[in-house]
Amino acid sequence: MALSREQLAQRVAQELQDGFYVNLGIGIPTLVANYVPEGIEVMLQSENGLLGMGQFPTDEEVDADLINAGKQTVTMATGASLFDSAESFAMIRGGHVDLTVLGAFEVDCQGNIASYMIPGKLIKGMGGAMDLVAGADNIIVTMTHASKHGESKLLAECTLPLTGKGCIKKVLTDLAFLEIKEGKFHLLERAPGVSVEEIVKLTAGELVVPNHVPEMQFPT
Amino acid sequence: MSGFNKVVNSYEEAMSGLEDGMTLIAGGFGLCGIPENLIKEIKNKGTKNLTVVSNNCGTTNHGLGILLHDKQVKKMVASYVGENEEFERQMMSGELEVELTPQGTLAEKMRAAGAGIPAFFTATGYGTPVAEGKESREINGRHYILEESIKGDFAIVKAWKADTYGNLVFRKTARNFNPMAATAGKITVVEVEEIVQPGELDPDHIHTPGIYVDRVILGNFEKVIEQRTTRPSA
Repeated sequence: MALSREQLAQRVAQELQDGFYVNLGIGIPTLVANYVPEGIEVMLQSENGLLGMGQFPTDEEVDADLINAGKQTVTMATGASLFDSAESFAMIRGGHVDLTVLGAFEVDCQGNIASYMIPGKLIKGMGGAMDLVAGADNIIVTMTHASKHGESKLLAECTLPLTGKGCIKKVLTDLAFLEIKEGKFHLLERAPGVSVEEIVKLTAGELVVPNHVPEMQFPT
Repeated sequence: MSGFNKVVNSYEEAMSGLEDGMTLIAGGFGLCGIPENLIKEIKNKGTKNLTVVSNNCGTTNHGLGILLHDKQVKKMVASYVGENEEFERQMMSGELEVELTPQGTLAEKMRAAGAGIPAFFTATGYGTPVAEGKESREINGRHYILEESIKGDFAIVKAWKADTYGNLVFRKTARNFNPMAATAGKITVVEVEEIVQPGELDPDHIHTPGIYVDRVILGNFEKVIEQRTTRPSA
């Protein structure tokens, strides 16, 4: 079975480490905040100028001056700090954020990522994504492995305009967890009940498959 | 105005000198921390052919989006322009020129302009459409592109409090691009929720020193929320 949105978030959350500063992109990455393992502390960075993002506010707590990068109202966690956009991107571009999680339309086995623009269709802009992929060392891309029509999104070469070049090393899809190195995808784990054959069939870029590919583990 | 007193009493005075074809830098992230009444004044004034530099272009009916109704914007420099149908329509039809700029690069372009830095190298955008036509250089094994800073003829800014000397304090995430915008305008106009006397703001807590600020006006703010998300009360 392909992973649900919640399972994708749960699997990413297993990569969190105690003391990590983390930037979560819009969509599935945002859900990761719901699955921080017990006993560890992480601090969420929101690139519009907040380190230590808390949960959504109650009706009484809503403050128009306190939003996240998705423009949703939020609260601050204990120990939060506030700053301007240049400071925020100094953290990001200076490599101070420990983990970045973001979505993508396509990735390829050179570590390129396309996530912000479909020419002729969707032109909304890159927001902070180009800064995040260029500045972070530890990035996890979350995405679906293939389109609804079964076309692979893990390619030999991205077809859409790039968000970043040679910057992606880890990809979590609804079918598999993969690493990118030496110009190849390497299969690390598969979603529960998903066969290696299915993953191979839906991966267009060169894929290295070890003899044993463990299933992802989820707490029951 | 006298001495260091930057306070003006009308929006007309606040935006006087803004002319057709000028470059306008605006603070704000989405509709958070936007100088909403200064934008309304520009709409009323009817200034045309503006190049507007701001992270976003508001929504169809709020923020900078209202300047699109009468086609006052010739070119938009922004990082994200979703959630605005009229913007999309004008962009797709070619009526509006758009320069998509990564958010961190945009903040740095303003900061650099204010600090007298004409251009800077950044890894952001290397190998992407953003790099087209720009100089690139390899430094210590990494690739960077040269990005030029952006100076505005005017900068419009929203702060929480100012003293009459133009020292500014921002509030929560309404700070965003405002401090950089304040430094990057030849004329910087700031709209605030409260004006106090010099000495009332703790000098250690001032985010933007008054040297960057030319005009201060007291405003009433609607503060529209784009995505109101809540959790149930306990």
